[in-house]
Order: sequence, then structure tokens, then C-alpha cells
Amino acid sequence: MAVGTQYIAEQPKLRTSSKVLGAIAIAALLAAPFFFYPVLLMSILCFALFACAFNLLIGYVGLLSFGHAAFFGGAAYFTAHAAKVWGWEPLAAILLGVAGAAVMGLLMGFLAIRRQGIYFAMITLALSQMFAFICLQVPFTHGEDGIQGVPRGYLLGILDLNEPLTMYYVTLAIFLFGFFIIWRIVNSPFGNILKAIRENERRAVSLGYRVDRYKLGAFVMSAALAGLAGGTKAIVFQFATLTDVNWQMSGEVILMTLLGGIGTLIGPVVGASLVIALQKYFAAWNFPVTVLIGIIFVICVLLFRRGIVGEILELMKRRQKGAA
Amino acid sequence: MRILNKLLFALSCTALASSAYAQQASDGVVKIGILNDQSGVYADFGGKSSVEAARMAVQDYGGKVLGVPVEIVSADHQNKPDVAASIARQWYDTEKVDAIMELTTSSVALAVQGLSKDKKKITMTTGAATTDLTGKQCSPYGFHWAYDTHALAVGTGGALVENGGNKWFFLTADYAFGYSLEDQTSKFVKSKGGQVVGAVRHPLAATDYSSFLLQAQSSGANVIGMANAGLDTANAIKQAAEFGITQGGTRLAALLFTLAEVKGLGLKAAQGLTLTEGWYWDQSDENRAFAKKFMDKTGRMPNMIHMGTYSSVLQYLKAVEKAGTDATEPVAKLLHEMPVQDIFAKNGKVLPNGRMVYDMYLFQVKKPEESKSDWDMYKQLAKIPGDSAYMKVADSGCQVTQ
Repeated sequence: MAVGTQYIAEQPKLRTSSKVLGAIAIAALLAAPFFFYPVLLMSILCFALFACAFNLLIGYVGLLSFGHAAFFGGAAYFTAHAAKVWGWEPLAAILLGVAGAAVMGLLMGFLAIRRQGIYFAMITLALSQMFAFICLQVPFTHGEDGIQGVPRGYLLGILDLNEPLTMYYVTLAIFLFGFFIIWRIVNSPFGNILKAIRENERRAVSLGYRVDRYKLGAFVMSAALAGLAGGTKAIVFQFATLTDVNWQMSGEVILMTLLGGIGTLIGPVVGASLVIALQKYFAAWNFPVTVLIGIIFVICVLLFRRGIVGEILELMKRRQKGAA
Repeated sequence: MRILNKLLFALSCTALASSAYAQQASDGVVKIGILNDQSGVYADFGGKSSVEAARMAVQDYGGKVLGVPVEIVSADHQNKPDVAASIARQWYDTEKVDAIMELTTSSVALAVQGLSKDKKKITMTTGAATTDLTGKQCSPYGFHWAYDTHALAVGTGGALVENGGNKWFFLTADYAFGYSLEDQTSKFVKSKGGQVVGAVRHPLAATDYSSFLLQAQSSGANVIGMANAGLDTANAIKQAAEFGITQGGTRLAALLFTLAEVKGLGLKAAQGLTLTEGWYWDQSDENRAFAKKFMDKTGRMPNMIHMGTYSSVLQYLKAVEKAGTDATEPVAKLLHEMPVQDIFAKNGKVLPNGRMVYDMYLFQVKKPEESKSDWDMYKQLAKIPGDSAYMKVADSGCQVTQ
């Protein structure tokens, strides 16, 4: 519980400055499409939300899931199928993706939370690989061609999502909604119990908490939020393919979260932006992108283990201590 | 957070700078984008060498069309459809790219052709196999240049039966691509009077093929058809060589394999392998001369993907010249009408669904002792006329037939 009390003590100090920073960040996000290419930003937002959802589990419960691609890619398939074949309205299609991911999360979580550490990671990896092979085989996903040409349609029948700016602001709204939910979860009594479990599971049990239920709850929420990101991505890019359910995607989200900073709210957003921007901007380079990202990862692990945001926060904390 | 803002600001400056540059240049330039895998599993299959092939096409055309310079831009899509789609969109929207070519792997090709259809831009695919590109998901501005699953099935399936390989056993990758290759190939094997004595499905990216190969060997087949791709095919071939299957008289037929992969595998393991390709460097003096030039630039001999990209760039420039504009509609119309006559395709023509039809060849990989030089690897077994190699428009399921 040490972290929990420490956190509560710090809260008032952070409040005003974080409000200002939050307002600046939202203003920057609102203005961003006028400076950056909207599709790139939407891609970053989707992956950032995915990484935040993943971080909810590893950063606040201490569970390393190696199967989050199943929720992300699975939701993308559900949403794409609903929007394309059944002709659903985009928001309803995304919600179906979220629901599908949540159900998958419940099933996978139910089996996986019984074990810890590496065993937990291996069970999630195995189950997500099973799901990836199902996606490869079942007819509705169209194998390696993927579901292509998903219509963006009209949000609630009114907003034309084929307009890049409209699509961007809808994606931003979904991202902020997801981010807000994660922030609420983390700063709730429920979130404090999760952190207690992360710090010392036995003590949490001895305090009378039914740890498994909390873990399962967090797992399902994380899966549903990853599904929200995946479903939105299917509408933004108008396709759902095997790339999103492969284990490499599970690895990529771990990379994003590690680079940004595990257990910080904003870290995964920074990590996702960095990875996606690198993949995009260095695609035309002579140097292989994957190697470049690997090098950055190695540097990050060697030099700043808390991740980019984690190190900055640590630095600020030390300075404050020095000043006091 | 402050760092993030600084980063965003810095990135926005570079983005602004690069887009301003592009707009200035786009006034008088024809831009062609080569989008393919340059660092992953298909990097040898096309990759950087294809970009070089495209540059050679521009050079051979004279570097200019309609009096303005031609520029090749390229990017590595890392086999990710979302990376490919966002690059393609940005190329069209802010960098004034006129056409995108190569497009390795089906999911990428379908995604980019789909968005190019909405944006009314030309795509010429050489790196993907699926017949859906000119079938159900065809586009009036989408062209499919080098090969497709149908041509591979006709080539290897049909022509090999005529060549004596009449009892087939399939080693099929257990997913849609594998099934469609197996189905199409068995159809041609049977139509030519051959028989299929059995099939076994292996999981994608399997490493141990021994039980599958033994099953194939005991089935009494004289051809083992490998309805898989890339590393799977290579691994199966290697293990078949270790088992001495080819020495026992059974022939291996790879359905999707090119010179680049044969080179990677080496003649010792690949000898006797039968495959279908659309071009080989040692077919004529003209080919040899071109291949030498290509070799000097890239250090490797071109396969049909490299040549297809070369040909598609060249044909696109010819169409732009003839149309007198780089606007999509007139150029696409001419691309459909103009015959293709270059080093890659002799008497090629383009069907209304965008499929470029030209002659394919059935090759057999030489034994190490038959090979006279590093890249002397194929023996031509048969020529498959384009009209029989490629699907008829009526059977393709394409609705945009003009």
C-alpha cells in the first residue's frame, strides 16, 4: 500500500499543474490535424489508446499480458464485419467490437489470472495465438486478404466520417473517452486496490480483498478498451487484417508501453506516438525501420528503464525533493 | 509533457517543411510511388531492388515525360496494411504522387487498391498474388501486372502434367491462400488428364515437414505440389532434399517461388524443383543484356517481380505521354487499350478488369553440375500462352468491365 498512500499525499500538488497541462494537451490535439497528416494522427490515437489499455493491466495490476493483440485485432474484425456485411452504423459497430473484446477478455482472463508472472504471460500468448489461428481459418475474416473496403459511413446517421477532419475529431473523442475511463479507474478505490495487489498480493488477500475478482475485472476492462481502439482503427483504416491479431502486435504494444513508461498515464501515449511516427517517417529510409526501433528499444532499456515519461517524472520528483 | 509538446512542435516543423517542398515540386513532375516490403520476409522477392528497377525504367525512358521530370519515391510498408494505407493516403494527398506500384502481399495490395479507387488514382500491382485484385475487388484504375494465383496454378499444374508429372500429392498451407492454390491447381491437373492422389495440410510456418513428406512419398505420387509460400516452401524443399525424395524420381513443384528464393536456397537443395515464372534472365540476348545492367546496380539478377515493376513503370510513362496528361481517367483508359511490348512482356495486353496478360514459363531448377555460373539456375520446360494462363474476364467476378 506504500504507493497508494504516497500517491494520495501527492495528489493536491499535482492537481492544478496537471489540469493546465491537460488543457494544453487537449488544445494541441484539437489543433493537430492542421499541422499533421490526419490519418497518421488517427493511427497514433488508436495505438495510444491500445497501449493505455495494456498499461492499465501491466502498470497498475502488474500483469504482463502477451495476448492483447487478440482483443485489438478481434474487435477490428467484429467491427469491420458488422459495418461492412451487416451495414451497421459505425458507432454501433465499434460497440460490438468492444463487447466482443470484453467477452474474449472474460474468457481469457478467467483462465489466465489463476497464474502469475511468466505463466500468466504464456497463457495469454497461447490463447491469443489460438485466436489468431481461428482468424486465419474462419471464412468471415477472409484469411490473409482481410476484410477490406469497410465503409466509414455516417456516425449516428448524421456525421459523414468520410471527411478526414470529422473522422479525426470522432477518433479523438473516442480516445479521450477511453483515456478518461482509464484515468477514472486508476484514481478510484478500485484502482487503489489494484495497485495494492500489484505491490503485495498476499497482503491484499489478508486484508480481505478477493484478489481474483479484481484481477479479472481489470483484465476485462483492459480488453474492452483495447477492443475500443481496435474497432475504431477498423473504421479509420477501413479494413481489418491478420496483422492486428498476430503475436507481433502484442509485442509491439509492450514496446510502446515500455518506451513511454510503464505505470504512467501519459507514457503509453508517448510510446505509441514514437513507434507509429518512426514506422511512418522512416519507411522511406534506406535503413530498415524494424532495426531502428530495435536499437531505440535497447537504448531505452539500458539508459532509462522507467521509459521516457517515467524518467521525466522521476527527475521532477527528485528536483522537488531537492527544492524542499 | 513539455518534452512531448516540443517533440510535436519539432515534428510539425519538419512535416511543414517537407510538404511545402513537395507542393513546389509537384507543379512540374510525374511522381510514381513504389510501396513494398523492404525489411521483412519479402525483401528479396521485391524490396529495394524493385525500387532500383523502377528507377531504371525511368532512366530508360529518358527521365522525362511530357517535358517534365519523372520522380520515383519509395517506402517500406513493413507488411502492415495500416502503414501502407497511411503512406499511400499521404502520398496522394500531400505529396502529389500520381500512381503507386508493386504493393507486396495481398492484404496490402487490396487495401491500397481500394483506397486508390476512392481517390481515383492508378495502382499497378506486381507483388501480390490474389486474383481478387482483378476479380471481386477490382478497380477501374487498378492493374495487376506480374503474376497471380491462377497463372501459377495453370503453369505449374497444367503444364507439368503435359510434361509427365501426372500423379499429384499436395502439401498445402492450412489457410485460405493455400486452399485456393490447391483447388485451382488440382482443377488444371485433372483437366489435363492427371490425377490427385492425396493432400495433406500443414500449419502455417511449420518447421518440421518430415511426416508430411513421408506421407507424400508413400502415396505413390510422382509430383509433390507445394501450395504454400515463402519460408514454408523453402523449408519443405530443404527437408525433401534431405530425405532424398527428388533423387527417388518424385518431382517437387513449387506454386509460388521465384529466382530470388531459389538463389537463397541454393541449387543443391532446390535442384529438380519445378516452378512457374514470367521472366528469366537467360532466355535471350536482350534479357541477358538487361540483367547484366540490373546486376551491376543491385548485385542480383531480377525475378518476375522486379521485371514486372520495371515494365509497369515504363508502360505507365508511355500511357502518360500518349494521353498528354497525368490525369487518372485518360491514362487508365490508355493503359487498358495499349499493347504491352517491352523487355518483360512480349505482346502483352490488358483485360478490361485490369489484368495484364502475357506468356508465362514453366522452369526446372538445374542440378549443381549443370549450372555454369552463379545465377545459371533454370531450364525452361514449357511456355504457357498468356490467354490460357490468365483468367477470363467473365470468370473473374469483376463488375467494372467497360
